[in-house]
Amino acid sequence: MFEEFFPIFVLIGISVFLAFVLMLISWLLGPSRPNAPKLRPYESGMDPIGDAKERYSISFYMVAMEFIVFDLEIVFIYPWAVRYQELGFGTFWAVMVFLTILTLGLFYTLKKESKNFSISKAKQV
Amino acid sequence: MEAPIVSSYIIMAGALAVLLQSAAVVVYVERRVAAFIQNRVGPNRVGPFGLLQPLADVVKLIFKEDVTPIYGNRVIHTMAPMFPVITALLTVAVIPFGDGLFITNLNVGVLFLLAVTSLGVYGVAMAGWASNSKYSLLGGLRAAAQMLSYELPMGMAIASTVLFATSLSMVDIVNSQVYWWGLFVNPLGAIIFTVAAFAEANRAPFDLVEAEQELVGGFHTEYSSMKFGMFFLAEYMHVVIGSMLITTFFLGGYHLPFAGYYAHILPEAGTWAKAILDIAVFLGKTGFMVFVFIWVRWTIPRFKFNQLMSLGWSKLLPLAILNFVVIAFILMLINS
Repeated sequence: MFEEFFPIFVLIGISVFLAFVLMLISWLLGPSRPNAPKLRPYESGMDPIGDAKERYSISFYMVAMEFIVFDLEIVFIYPWAVRYQELGFGTFWAVMVFLTILTLGLFYTLKKESKNFSISKAKQV
Repeated sequence: MEAPIVSSYIIMAGALAVLLQSAAVVVYVERRVAAFIQNRVGPNRVGPFGLLQPLADVVKLIFKEDVTPIYGNRVIHTMAPMFPVITALLTVAVIPFGDGLFITNLNVGVLFLLAVTSLGVYGVAMAGWASNSKYSLLGGLRAAAQMLSYELPMGMAIASTVLFATSLSMVDIVNSQVYWWGLFVNPLGAIIFTVAAFAEANRAPFDLVEAEQELVGGFHTEYSSMKFGMFFLAEYMHVVIGSMLITTFFLGGYHLPFAGYYAHILPEAGTWAKAILDIAVFLGKTGFMVFVFIWVRWTIPRFKFNQLMSLGWSKLLPLAILNFVVIAFILMLINS
């Protein structure tokens, strides 16, 4: 039953191995002569000002949260898209209601969020 | 079940070899095409016509010093470049290259594909955060937001393809296009998927992840040596993978256009001639889509970040949902 997944495990093994080999090659063959200016984070030639782990715009969190909602919507759609012919029009209208509610939610969030990434209102990120 | 398993490992070896080589070839082609579009010469010194240029680049990268910035998180900084490479290599598992020529035919192939491609986000987000550089952090955040946003229209466009195939297996999706390609019956879905594929690969016009003028190198500013090389390799492998997916979902995979109508004059299934024809057709279409990727990069200027977000959320996603609903309704009417 699961034999079609077997090649995938082999492929995972191969690709992880390849990634490690690529990483090791340059670590083994490259020179290692660190000095302070080389290890500083690059800020276009100036001495770095403060730490990089600062606060950043909340818009990125909002994008990630909305992504989860709509990605779940798409995952729920797939099983119906496979079997919709047998399920008939009753289920079709049910799915339409589901999609309509979520699309209304999408337009609501767009109305609320649309200004966050624009330059005029918020600090550009 | 012995024979298919053995042959699937042979195909796996071939597919991995082709994918890893193709990254080098695409780098060379990109530089030559860019030079042609901009009326330059391009790389022509190393080997005949500069064909050995990618090899020279790799050798140079290998012998460079591997630097992790001070206060950066060394473990995460090292792990980050592996993610894009591994996910790019894993995607080939479910792509059918010809009639019966696939590594594995999962009945949840589309879900596997979406799961694997969305893992790529971790690589860029980790790279941006672990470098402890402001450019890297902003680049990583932008990349994560962009890749998440464009996954939604991409998923919806794939769902509209699934409606025609009524299966999540990639082989069934390709075979449902034997008469009419997805491009002809579902043109809007094809356009949305292509735009989303450009954004997922972080390619121009959506390459503001690494917008040089504002972010230096984006999330890979602090990467050197082969760690940078792996991001570079992964970017070009994602271009090839994106082209393969466009081919599979909307350009009929390994089928010639309208192949179902003249199938009797084509070689029979299971013969060597058919296998070679299938692979040639598939690679031809993939090569054309790779060329389109390069062509667009050197033609269309870069978007701004707010334009990118509003295109993804307020145009492509509602359009993709509408496209899905309309196609579902029409197919319901036809079949009832």
